[in-house]
Amino acid sequence: MEIVLAVAIGVLSGCGVWLLLRPRTFQVVIGLTLISYAVNLFIFSTGGLRIGAEPVLSGATGTLALFADPLPQALVLTAIVIGFATTALLLVVIMAARGLSGSDHVDGTQGES
Amino acid sequence: MTTHLAIAPILLPLAAGATLLLVKKRSTSGALAIAASAVLVLLAAALAVVTDRGGGEGVTLVYRVGDWPAAVAIVLVADRLAAAMVLLASVLGLVNTLYGFSRWSRLGPYYLALSQFLLMGLNGAFLTGDLFNLFVFFEILLAASYGLLLHGSGAKRVGAGLHYIVINLAASLLFLIGVSLIFGVAGSLNMAALAGLIPTLPPQTRSLAHAGAAILGVAFLIKAAAWPMGFWLPRTYEAAAPPAAAMFAIMTKVGVYAVMRLGLLFFGPHAAASAGFGDAWLFVTGVATVVVGVVGMLAANDLGRITGYSVVVSAGVLLSAIVFRDAAVLAGALLYLVISTLGAAALYLLDGLIGPDDVIPDEPPLLEAYDPEGAGAFTEEDETAVVIPAPIGVLSAGFLICTLLIAGIPPLPGFLAKVAMLAPLLHAPAGPTPGAAAILATVVIASSFFALFALARAGVQIWWAESRRVPPTIRLGEAAPLAALLMTCLLLTFVVEAPLGFLQRAADQALEPARYAVPVLGGAAP
Repeated sequence: MEIVLAVAIGVLSGCGVWLLLRPRTFQVVIGLTLISYAVNLFIFSTGGLRIGAEPVLSGATGTLALFADPLPQALVLTAIVIGFATTALLLVVIMAARGLSGSDHVDGTQGES
Repeated sequence: MTTHLAIAPILLPLAAGATLLLVKKRSTSGALAIAASAVLVLLAAALAVVTDRGGGEGVTLVYRVGDWPAAVAIVLVADRLAAAMVLLASVLGLVNTLYGFSRWSRLGPYYLALSQFLLMGLNGAFLTGDLFNLFVFFEILLAASYGLLLHGSGAKRVGAGLHYIVINLAASLLFLIGVSLIFGVAGSLNMAALAGLIPTLPPQTRSLAHAGAAILGVAFLIKAAAWPMGFWLPRTYEAAAPPAAAMFAIMTKVGVYAVMRLGLLFFGPHAAASAGFGDAWLFVTGVATVVVGVVGMLAANDLGRITGYSVVVSAGVLLSAIVFRDAAVLAGALLYLVISTLGAAALYLLDGLIGPDDVIPDEPPLLEAYDPEGAGAFTEEDETAVVIPAPIGVLSAGFLICTLLIAGIPPLPGFLAKVAMLAPLLHAPAGPTPGAAAILATVVIASSFFALFALARAGVQIWWAESRRVPPTIRLGEAAPLAALLMTCLLLTFVVEAPLGFLQRAADQALEPARYAVPVLGGAAP
């Protein structure tokens, strides 16, 4: 399970970085989104991966080791919300830049290539 | 009662900003914003006074949100260093609001409200005692800064804003990776708890914690515009409206503050095998930043861009000065932080006065798209502007003061700050690399000379070379805040002992993580 998650994070961030370095604004947005998926999965994995563990303390028995760590889940929720809001803002700015410059190139002009 | 003083600098701008979104009448919103900013300055001053009580020890205010123990919940911590930064941000906020109110806030909706939200994010970032909360406050201040940067719209601002937002989103993702690595290794996000946990890490996970701290550091260095991650800054700040750019002058210092705070807490001499982690890298980065900034100042031929590179230079000087972990050097560096921030802000405001009068279009483009009913725009006409006679004389005097402040020429406090920073260096505290003290002293002195050169050249171009230029009309509402800011800097020349003494005590306190950690964790017994 660790291998599957690690490969998923690696593929997502690899694709994301490649797209982030592309010259079109749409590719940049998709790249940022993919990296943020990778980061969210990464935060989630820092709590340790367990199958079927209780999310919160239920009953008085057992130790904390039996339960899934709730803190990374809270962190990942916050990160998702903030990333969502800032990406939405970025989309508005991209639309404005497209309208003002007439090009979807990140520099506003086509450039050489 | 005084405990609540630690959260007041966050709540007041939040309440003021939220109210300002609802107020439609221009005069009311202006009065409200100015009153809130002025009260915030008083609150920040009160915070500084309270944290400075109790002799040399000082008082560390700890605000436990919801009264949960520090180890499991969010804390806000106000010590002298945080109080000094909050005071600096509040002063800039007041100047920005006063300056922007009369003319620049009419360029688009919600300028004053966004300034308040930016202040909230800044104060929160300075006061928080929790790594993830630091991320949240960074996002708040960045979101507000996106709005302020785009204020007024236009192709230049939108183009610069696009790059700025993408770079900061990428940096935020690095921030999250660093935070979660540290959390995964140490199991806590509380900065005071981490200061105690890092020395006790087993060797096999210590390198992972170092990797997390390094990634976190890269995120902060991007915000601090350190070389090679700072090329976004001059273009972005130049594109922003002048009062917004003046406000942004402190945003690189948030990155520097975070590096300083976390570096001193996590990797001080107490940190066993982690002591001094990253210091050599930070020093090299800082010196390279100064060099690149100076070259940029010399190459730029526009006042806004020269000021942007001077912000880069000051960030570089600060980054390379804090790695000495010496109280006297740190105190001088903090004074330099205050003076260089105020100087850069004043220069941006001055640039706004000098600049062409036609930058405010009659119909701001794209406004309808964001604000179809014109809810945020002010339709009333500007009140009769009081125009000051002899504008060139007044402006060039202001420019002279700004130049002396930024280049650090006697007798102004820019010089005093550099002396306070460089004099202890001559006694050669052990730096991170061989000859570090000599390198830093040389670089700082050379950067002063070249800054003077670049600004003098810009002055010649502005005041003497263009003989046909129409003398700009300057309005009292804009000149008065700038004059007040410059007068404050001039006054600092005579009373510099008081702030320097305060910063000296702040540096002493910041260099001992126990004095930060014990009050935070002290009442933690669940």
